[in-house]
Amino acid sequence: MPALNGIGGPSLLFISWVDFAWIALGLFLLFNALSIIVLSLTWLERKALGRLQRRLGPTRSGPMGLMQPIADAIKLIIKEDIVPTSSEKAIFWGAPIIVTLSAFMIWVTIPGANDAVIKNLELGLFYIIAFSVVGILGLVLAGWGSANKYGTLGGLRAAAQLLSYEIPIIMVAVSVAMLAQSLDLRVIVQQQSSYPFVLVQPLGLVVFFIAGLAEVGRTPFDIYFAESEIVGGPFVEYSGAHWSLFFLAEYINTFAIAALTVILFFGGWLGPGLSGWWSVIWFLFKVYLVILVIFWIRGTFPRLRIDQLMAFAWKVVVPLSFLTVVMTAIYQFYGWPAWSLTLMSLAGLIWVGYAIYRRMAGPASRVAQVKARQEALMASRRRGSAAAREGAVQGRRS
Amino acid sequence: MLLNMGPQHPSTHGVFRMVLWVDGEKIVDVVPHIGYLHRGSEKLSEGEQYHQVITLFDRLDYIANFNNEHVYVRAVEKLMGLDVPERAEYTRIILCELNRIASHMLFIATMGLDAGAMTPSMFCFRGRERIQALFEHVSGARMMHNYLRVGGLKEDVPEDFLPRIRELLPLIREDLRESDRLLSFNEIFLARLKDISPVTAEDAVDFGLTGPCLRASGVDYDVRRSAPYSIYDRFDFVVPIGLDGDCWDRYYLRVQECYESLAIVEQALEQWRERWPDNSAVPLTEINSAPGGSRRLLRPPAGEVYVRAENPRGEIGVYLVSDGSDRPYRLKVRPPSFCNLSAIRHMLINTWVADSVVILGSLDIVMGEVDR
Repeated sequence: MPALNGIGGPSLLFISWVDFAWIALGLFLLFNALSIIVLSLTWLERKALGRLQRRLGPTRSGPMGLMQPIADAIKLIIKEDIVPTSSEKAIFWGAPIIVTLSAFMIWVTIPGANDAVIKNLELGLFYIIAFSVVGILGLVLAGWGSANKYGTLGGLRAAAQLLSYEIPIIMVAVSVAMLAQSLDLRVIVQQQSSYPFVLVQPLGLVVFFIAGLAEVGRTPFDIYFAESEIVGGPFVEYSGAHWSLFFLAEYINTFAIAALTVILFFGGWLGPGLSGWWSVIWFLFKVYLVILVIFWIRGTFPRLRIDQLMAFAWKVVVPLSFLTVVMTAIYQFYGWPAWSLTLMSLAGLIWVGYAIYRRMAGPASRVAQVKARQEALMASRRRGSAAAREGAVQGRRS
Repeated sequence: MLLNMGPQHPSTHGVFRMVLWVDGEKIVDVVPHIGYLHRGSEKLSEGEQYHQVITLFDRLDYIANFNNEHVYVRAVEKLMGLDVPERAEYTRIILCELNRIASHMLFIATMGLDAGAMTPSMFCFRGRERIQALFEHVSGARMMHNYLRVGGLKEDVPEDFLPRIRELLPLIREDLRESDRLLSFNEIFLARLKDISPVTAEDAVDFGLTGPCLRASGVDYDVRRSAPYSIYDRFDFVVPIGLDGDCWDRYYLRVQECYESLAIVEQALEQWRERWPDNSAVPLTEINSAPGGSRRLLRPPAGEVYVRAENPRGEIGVYLVSDGSDRPYRLKVRPPSFCNLSAIRHMLINTWVADSVVILGSLDIVMGEVDR
């Protein structure tokens, strides 16, 4: 093809063969690294949940149950892959691939250290947000293609939930990009060399983390595959390797949200003592801490209902996320000296805390009210029963 | 859209089937289907001897076995005019109340799971497992005990019965308190359960709800208090009632009942120690007052009785007709789960699909008892 040959040298779609080989090698390494990370996450989740619930978690396969994820993987792969007769075959097969691909594509541009990245993009944040929406398509298709009513309900729930929580994620990402003056994830991290952005934008962190939980469907937002209600939602008809693809995508997305939280708010791989490639250790350490918090939340909370979830998104999280943008804009626009910036961020912190407190005060006061009513009722009945017993004893004596 | 929920669904508590007409996710109409676990227990018991029927009653409400055995043996005792020895009565009450706790613990666990919380279930199952280990120690079986007999018990309790219960009670209290503190007043849990499908006191009475579902609506009715049977008049306990009759009240009332049952067991242990200070063996007549102990064939006189009792799920009634032979002529059970379940349509209409599992869970049905 002359048009391509005109660029010079042997090329494939504007990329030289050497670069292509490097990228292919990098993708291969990334795929393996992510798979190993997912295996470690499943083990960690079981162990962490077990400890939260005063259990041991897996202990049998390998030391400390370390071989358990491998046993699970083997079991899932050799399991029979059932395709329902009434399903749309092409969509049923394609949906898990879409979900998994979009999960992997995000990782192309997420840096683990300054140079540990497949292809750094100047619009990296934009790219990530754009690709994280593609997964929704896969979920809806999976729910619809499996010709199951639970699946359809789950797919529609997924569409509603993920789309509405995409907005706060975008807005918070925008506010961070304004702070860093860049959409390039490497630049965003380098901008945090003096202080991590969590110190100036704690509200952004809270909103981003909550919306991120909803985005990957972790408790308390695991609504679109709620096992006790719609029996796995879009995944209800899947088994074997196809199901494990969804599973893989879910954990990669969880890892991606934790990694983004770390990159946007906790200074990414920056940390004392380690530099160059070694700073990946700092990155992984921070990400795993965030993931442990996610597991902790999973062990603690029940699940919201879909209408409560949507109300929470549109009435609380979205306005708060816009607030972060406005706050950051004011902060940037006046460009005051450092000490006044610190003061202003402190004021922002207090304001944010007050806003969150006001928001939380509704349910909390309701809890207190319910508790007080119940305790008063119990106390009065206890007195009543004591009086009745006195009466009975008196009656028996007389 | 027609949504078929069950009989193979993780949250229908057995093999209950609901056909839901949904508009979006709002429930417009419900058609409940039962009968997937029908074993013909009532008819079967007409062909069994009086003592053999006890095993069938174990399998009715398979979560609260001792309570079921208790109501049946009381029916036969009433028919025969037997007085039960004190020691057997105390043992029965202790075991029944512990079983009530175990049953409610299972309820709390499944309620948490229905609402999406997994940790309370672990705490509750641990406590329940402790109780069942004690049951196994006493009767030889974790669930299908077959331990109560007409006129008393199968055999005396083991020697370390009292010390074991005494060390068990604080552990159960701790398990309960743990899950209670984690779940009961959790804001998300309240948001899911509070004000969901409230049932007024009139409706509750009209539908024939009994047990916790009735008391949650504010009706003060507990057979143990209203028509005391066995030796329940010797204990000081409160019958908790709810305020609004919604799902959360039905949940929390059971939590409170667990603490009250613990109080009953503690008082029973006190009174036990006054009566039998040492653990020495007692003569067989102090365990079973039936003629010839628990081993002889029973031939109650012809007649009919109706006996009721407070099960963890509500009021259970046994109607027993005898023609003087060694087998019941007719046996009819009024199962609390079945009567509570009859209100499901009223409770489900105009709620969300996600609520349906919570509402069904708050009724705490056991299909073995619904279908018999």
